[in-house]
Amino acid sequence: MPAATPEIPGRVRWAWLFLAPMLVTLGAVALWPLGRTMFFSLTNATLIDLDHYRLIGLGNYLAFDDGLWFGVLADPLWLKALANTLVFAAVSVTLETVLGILIALLLNLRFPGRTLVRAAVLVPWAIPTVVSARMWNWMLNDQFGVINDLLLRLGLIAAPVAWLAEPSLAMASVILVDVWKTTPFVVLLVLAALQTVPRDCYEAARVDGVHPVRVFFQVTLPLIRPALAVTVIFRLLDAMRMFDLVYVMTGTTDATMTLSVFARREMVGFQDVGYGSAASTMLFVVVAAITVIYLAVSRLDLEGRRR
Amino acid sequence: MRRPLALAGLVAACAVLVVYLLFPLYYAVITSLKEGSDLFRPDYWPTSFDPVNYLRVWHQQSFPRTIANSLAVAGGVVVLSLGLGVGAAYAFGRVRFRGRRPLLFAILTVSMFPQVAVLSGLFEVIGALGLYDNLGGLILSYMIFTLPFTVWVLTAFMRDLPVEIEEAAILDGANPLVLVTRIFLPLLGPALAATALLAFIAAWNEFLFALSFTLSDDQRTVPVAIALITGGSQHELPWGNVMAASVIVTLPLIALVLVLQRRLVAGLTAGAVKG
Repeated sequence: MPAATPEIPGRVRWAWLFLAPMLVTLGAVALWPLGRTMFFSLTNATLIDLDHYRLIGLGNYLAFDDGLWFGVLADPLWLKALANTLVFAAVSVTLETVLGILIALLLNLRFPGRTLVRAAVLVPWAIPTVVSARMWNWMLNDQFGVINDLLLRLGLIAAPVAWLAEPSLAMASVILVDVWKTTPFVVLLVLAALQTVPRDCYEAARVDGVHPVRVFFQVTLPLIRPALAVTVIFRLLDAMRMFDLVYVMTGTTDATMTLSVFARREMVGFQDVGYGSAASTMLFVVVAAITVIYLAVSRLDLEGRRR
Repeated sequence: MRRPLALAGLVAACAVLVVYLLFPLYYAVITSLKEGSDLFRPDYWPTSFDPVNYLRVWHQQSFPRTIANSLAVAGGVVVLSLGLGVGAAYAFGRVRFRGRRPLLFAILTVSMFPQVAVLSGLFEVIGALGLYDNLGGLILSYMIFTLPFTVWVLTAFMRDLPVEIEEAAILDGANPLVLVTRIFLPLLGPALAATALLAFIAAWNEFLFALSFTLSDDQRTVPVAIALITGGSQHELPWGNVMAASVIVTLPLIALVLVLQRRLVAGLTAGAVKG
């Protein structure tokens, strides 16, 4: 905010006039639909006829009937999807962050060809997720895939592996691809933060003969921490709502089903808008809770500054 | 880099990194140039240069149409989000008014929404507007993820413009509308390029809404079309076609990103780091 902005009569009214179209649009595509989704979660609405429904209270979330529990919260598949999503988010974000920092440190060195390597980093980021999913599906193909071929040639595996069909490997495969696809985002943001670290800091440490690893943990990391915290929350929120990569790579199989895939299948696949909306609302609640906890733990406000 | 050992380590690390980053795309390209049984033999070097997959994909009636759809949607999204975003960024970046910070915070919170959480509500909105199975419905619904970051990045840039420019214009009697369109808009060039590119890429790549809000083949966008290419079974997938289509829609995007990389990085980091 500039210190002394000049005054125009009715300036504040102009400001609201400029804001209004944007606020109306966001209201129509975000706030109102979110409210309606929450409302639908309390009904038995179906996709075939969205206009006729009955309020059924919290039955889509949890209900006890005839000695059995029903509802999303008692649905073993939803619980599986919750566990899958948490595992996916935790593992992929951790790997992306560590790998992203390492690559950013490498690119922060001055060497000939650095710009070429940095351009290469942008490539996976620029490839549409659906396209990456298909490329990797092909590479991970159990019979004709190049990954199996390579590992067989290197003698690391004895027989071809069904990377996507084998439930215990499917999640690992999806995470591998997500890490490939999104590490560049981390690299770009961390690299930008690294470039704001004054070079004298490194010079001083070098003169004092401090080991580079210690320099990283005691000088660099604290300085880039705020930017890193913002990067991680972006990645975490993205990972928690993962849909496209999983959907294209493994479809709706239990082994990799995420909360988004589950909710969409109920809503669109099975046309059960009430139940699907309850699942969607639960995803919103989980994401909101994780955000609040993260912001509290990292003591970060949403503008990227530490309190 | 004085010691040769360190230099060798650096070169090796870069080589491994570049192969890791580029191999999938390279492999898609060499696969797309193979035909018949060659497809099912993993090769590490290009062995054939048969353009038949490209010709086949391109002559499938729906594919050029799909690309035109994606261009229309992404173009519409860029125009609409910049149009709405510039005015809002002026208000947030240059005017001090009550509720400014909470409102900016609320808009940022929208970018946290999982898309699935608004899906059933959006079905209803899009249906009510008569935009189901229509590219207009996609353009409108994509505002949920392009508007928050457009407003955020443009506000960050708008705030950094010197106050003197504004003062001079106001002394000349310019009202805020003139101020935004004549003074700020030209100065925001680089920021607009960065946000436009980010919005374009986001819209070009979007899958969930495009899959859910369109039904007919002639309203499909590129990601949905590529995801829906199927064969009789997993093993009968026409991999040559899939890879050719993938390469066609990816190479222009990569070219765009590489040409504009400096601006792109500026936009990404302005949104994330500057605040």
